Amino acid sequence: MELLTLSDAIAAHVRDGQSIALEGFTHLIPFAAGHEIIRQRRRNLHLIRMTPDLIYDQLIGMGCAERLTFSWGGNPGVGSLHRLRDAVERLWPQPLALFEFTHAQMAVAYQAGASGLTYGLMRRYTDTQLADVSDSRVRTINCPFSGTAHTAVPAINPDITVLHAQQVDAEGNVLIRGIVGAAKEAALAARRVLVTVEEQVESLQADLNSVVLPSWVITAVSIVPGGAYPSYAQGYYPRDNGFYLAWDEIARDRNVFSAWMQQHVLELREHADLLRLLGVAA
Amino acid sequence: MSSPDYTPDEMMTVTAARHLRNGAVCFVGIGLPSAACNLARMTHAPDLVLIYESGTVGARPSVLPLSIGDGELAETAACIVPLPEVFAHYLQRGRVDIGFLGAAQIDRFGNLNSTVIGEYSHPTVRLPGAGGAPEIATHAREVLIVMKQSPRTFVPRLSFLTSCGYLEGSGARRARGCPGYGPRAVITDLGVLRPHPQTDELQLAELYPGVTEEAVRAATGWPLQVASDLRTLQAPEPAVLAILRNLYARTRDAHTHPVRINLPL
Repeated sequence: MELLTLSDAIAAHVRDGQSIALEGFTHLIPFAAGHEIIRQRRRNLHLIRMTPDLIYDQLIGMGCAERLTFSWGGNPGVGSLHRLRDAVERLWPQPLALFEFTHAQMAVAYQAGASGLTYGLMRRYTDTQLADVSDSRVRTINCPFSGTAHTAVPAINPDITVLHAQQVDAEGNVLIRGIVGAAKEAALAARRVLVTVEEQVESLQADLNSVVLPSWVITAVSIVPGGAYPSYAQGYYPRDNGFYLAWDEIARDRNVFSAWMQQHVLELREHADLLRLLGVAA
Repeated sequence: MSSPDYTPDEMMTVTAARHLRNGAVCFVGIGLPSAACNLARMTHAPDLVLIYESGTVGARPSVLPLSIGDGELAETAACIVPLPEVFAHYLQRGRVDIGFLGAAQIDRFGNLNSTVIGEYSHPTVRLPGAGGAPEIATHAREVLIVMKQSPRTFVPRLSFLTSCGYLEGSGARRARGCPGYGPRAVITDLGVLRPHPQTDELQLAELYPGVTEEAVRAATGWPLQVASDLRTLQAPEPAVLAILRNLYARTRDAHTHPVRINLPL
């Protein structure tokens, strides 16, 4: 594990054309890292995430992505992701190839990837057309013991997984508290792991069964307070529901979106500047 | 007729809540299903177990979450499990009694589309997608569907089959070996549709007070069958309505606090 500034971490480890998973299920979404990827103008990325959320709407709208692997692409509790829809429906700013799964399928795909398996298994259910679309890679196989049919989902092994977490300790171990989603599986499936954290502490005051990523599975850690904003970090700050509502209007129009990104991401140096600009931090 | 002192949304929520028996394990989605589950928990079903797909098992929120993974759910849950576990150990293993679903389109056999309107490869409307719905539709012991009714949403033919109801009907779902029973009720803003015992086709079984059969037919994109024992449901009890309105008021208050983040100096 290396302690780097976020800007240095993205510059050193994220390359054009890579597959990259910014995970965190509604909680601990690595917004600061996503914004840094946009600022550094990465292109042709294969974005992977169960719930693309606003950060992928922004990456897609800014032309960073050519592929998306996902299972639910909406603005939670609000409605559509307008930039995702514009890319799929009207190919703006460029076409976006979709690799679409269900939540449970992506969960087993990450688990398989983290376990060194080539596919994950679940009980078979064929009664969705998702299995029939041209790019579907879901297959049916039979259990060698019972003969029962199962659904096989190819493993996901991102080139890079990016997470946000609460704390890193002096040795570089990272603690995730609260809703963990498939963050641990996505990290252990990846070739490299970047983590942004709220703070560095001497030692993690963690219960014995806490979700801790040991320092030696992590490539780099960056200390970015507020790095999950406008999503939330349990124990630090709540989700900014008002921002999720406001995004619906910002993202609806291409010009409004582009101007917002220019002012709130491209022209800023780092995440703390965004928090100050939005009046969230003093 | 005088207008009722409750909204169609409130009648829908109360009707959905009435379907939840105490002690049942519910897999809950955001929005109206979450309101119905928490209303039931705060009224007749205090031991209802709520599982949100974010992995919060046994959540007892005092205000409604705006996202499926709000901190309120984590803080009040009996436990928080990783996402692969909530789908494998709880849903797929058969530990969920009732799954709630909604969608952009439903057909006469309760099959659901939440993927696209139009062609998959060139959609006119790209919808959010499946999320957890296909597995909820398959594995929950029974499913409750909550959707506003109109000819645009209750359609003769889905653009895309995301989650199965009774498939082609007449026992097709059972024949395919689907573990759960399927949609027990479709709760709309006009009444409740239920599957016919033999054909599995949804038929109008219950009307809300003041709603006519003709109004429900007009809001359905296929020739709607009507159950022989069609009945009219009771309006929401004033005490229940007060609890629901109080829940929404608390939720509004809780969600209007501005977020403050303290940056280190």
